[in-house]
Amino acid sequence: MGASATVLDVNDNGTNDRIAQRLRDLGFVAGEPVRLVARGPLGADPLLVQIGYTRFALRRAEAARVTVTADAAP
Amino acid sequence: MNAAAATLQIALVGNPNCGKTALFNLLTGTRQKVANYAGVTIERKEGHYTAPSGRSVRVLDLPGAYSLAATSPDEAITRDVVMGRHAQEAAPDLIVCVVDATNLRLHLRFVLEIARLGRPMLLALNMMDAARRRGIRIDTAQLSQRLGMPVVETIAVKHGGAKQLIEQIDATRPALSPQPSTLASHSFDLHADVRALLAATVSVPRRTAAVDDAIDRVVLHPVLGLAILAVVMFLIFQAVFSWATPLHDGIANGMQAAGNWLGDTLPDGALRSLLVDGVFAGLGTVLAFLPQILILFLFILCLEESGYLPRAAFLLDRMMLTAGLTGRSFIPLLSSFACAIPGIMATRSIPDPRDRLTTILIAPLMTCSARLPVYALLIAAFIPQRTVAGVFNLQGVVLFTLYVAGIVSALLVAWVIKRLRRDQSEHALMMELPSYRLPHPRDIAIGLYERGMIFVKRVGGIILALTVLLWFLSSFPAPPAGASEPAIHYSAAGMIGRALHTVFAPLGFNWQICIALVPGLAAREVAVSSLATVYALAGNEDGLQAVVAAQWSLATALALLAWYVFAPMCISTLATVKRETGSTRNVIVLAGYLFGLAWLASFATYQIASAFGA
Repeated sequence: MGASATVLDVNDNGTNDRIAQRLRDLGFVAGEPVRLVARGPLGADPLLVQIGYTRFALRRAEAARVTVTADAAP
Repeated sequence: MNAAAATLQIALVGNPNCGKTALFNLLTGTRQKVANYAGVTIERKEGHYTAPSGRSVRVLDLPGAYSLAATSPDEAITRDVVMGRHAQEAAPDLIVCVVDATNLRLHLRFVLEIARLGRPMLLALNMMDAARRRGIRIDTAQLSQRLGMPVVETIAVKHGGAKQLIEQIDATRPALSPQPSTLASHSFDLHADVRALLAATVSVPRRTAAVDDAIDRVVLHPVLGLAILAVVMFLIFQAVFSWATPLHDGIANGMQAAGNWLGDTLPDGALRSLLVDGVFAGLGTVLAFLPQILILFLFILCLEESGYLPRAAFLLDRMMLTAGLTGRSFIPLLSSFACAIPGIMATRSIPDPRDRLTTILIAPLMTCSARLPVYALLIAAFIPQRTVAGVFNLQGVVLFTLYVAGIVSALLVAWVIKRLRRDQSEHALMMELPSYRLPHPRDIAIGLYERGMIFVKRVGGIILALTVLLWFLSSFPAPPAGASEPAIHYSAAGMIGRALHTVFAPLGFNWQICIALVPGLAAREVAVSSLATVYALAGNEDGLQAVVAAQWSLATALALLAWYVFAPMCISTLATVKRETGSTRNVIVLAGYLFGLAWLASFATYQIASAFGA
């Protein structure tokens, strides 16, 4: 928990993927730092992700569209 | 007409959770009108106020949106109005973009997207109090210059917190829209523009509020969080039952007393009966729902405004997803245990229309409090007071089984709806967990008033009309002279009931039950008093228990219990579904599937119980 990473890309799942488009609108764009804040109690789903100053709950299927590189541990 | 006299039409636009509605409430107070956009059940909120210059300003509070690339019907409305291409809504003279000053990285992107349209607009930096507390510093002059639009600071939860905004709006002259936008750069990458803007104008010491982090560590904890949620839900439930039930009974009795008082002053006859048993009974039904609706929504609004509601949805999402629902379905479904009407009204907080419809369709399967009188009568009459497995009371076990049967079938129905749906595309969660906030009493009060009025004005009329219709069916034609059976036997309701007997005979229902089912449409608990009427025991419901225990078989009683787990026996619920989905088809689907399930469940119960000799 609290793991930090940097967004590389958001991958579309099929054509005209509105969920991927929305993720980009919400700020999941290359170079943006993200942090895993919490996990849901059942199956560790959904994930609570901090991007910018905002926290979003993303289901695993949604979060899977975002590729990140883990930051070096501080 | 001079410019000062012309009405200025402004629209509030912003991301969800930017405090837009609180600002709308501050600007317009009680001068609000809530309706629906034509053809869709999305709330259209408009209000007005008089500017210092004496000019009248009409304010449209558009649904919150993250982007002009709309992903929900609400967002599509906002997009169409802002772009000036909505069929009924004229393009606003001025777009007031509202942003949460503590959440600029997200909210400014939407501002830039709207600014690109080149329409007259200004920016309101809302929640400046919270921003200052967190040490966030914003160079508004610089921001205004870079954006090419006026920027004002607002605090929606403070008296006078919109002073700058009101002055700035007043300075707008609709005739002289000074556009196109003077936005410094028109780069393709809005996110890069936001980063550049923030770097130049804002300093943020810490990305999140420390207090949010601390609360979330507890509230979202896999064990502690669920325990807290259970306690919160339990308290709400207790409050609804211990506060609303006496009020509910008080209003129902009061209306009945008022009806009787009026009845005493009128000569005996059809008019008296219409007023007492039709109109006043109908009004009583409508008003008796109000305490439950208001108390439940008091809690729901507080949970929503404080930011806890999305946290509850976060904790429960996975569980609900298994049944084809979303975490947001949980509160409406839980509310439906008190009464399906506030439950269905609470589904407005579910953004995906498919998830919302599924939740509405299964809400009536939650065992509402109106079923309890029916259950109580039958269980007391047929289920012996006996201890099973050493500790359990058999009557309690049966009641518990009825509740579980409702929940299990709701989950099955949700699963079937998911399978049958043509649109199998992924349902999104992508839910923002906003900062915790202390709910403002004004916003809660206005929210409660709106819910109450929606119910009384739009649903109440349908309920009243149908109650009066049922009175007609139960009263006419009048019995012939020297009739031996109770009057209801000869009425249209009696004829319908006896005709229904052919449909219900395989379920073990006698004609008395069938007749009682017709007026029981008004509300489930009415079936009990109707049975008393059919057995000519009006006013003596204790005697009823002995009569049914003597005359019905156990199989019939069990079949009737199974019937009530599913039965679409509440016109108020159907009226609410009609109002909330704007579709008669949904009402027919709901009533049809509930009727089908009720029939099958009763049939199976009766046949199996009979086979065992019950």
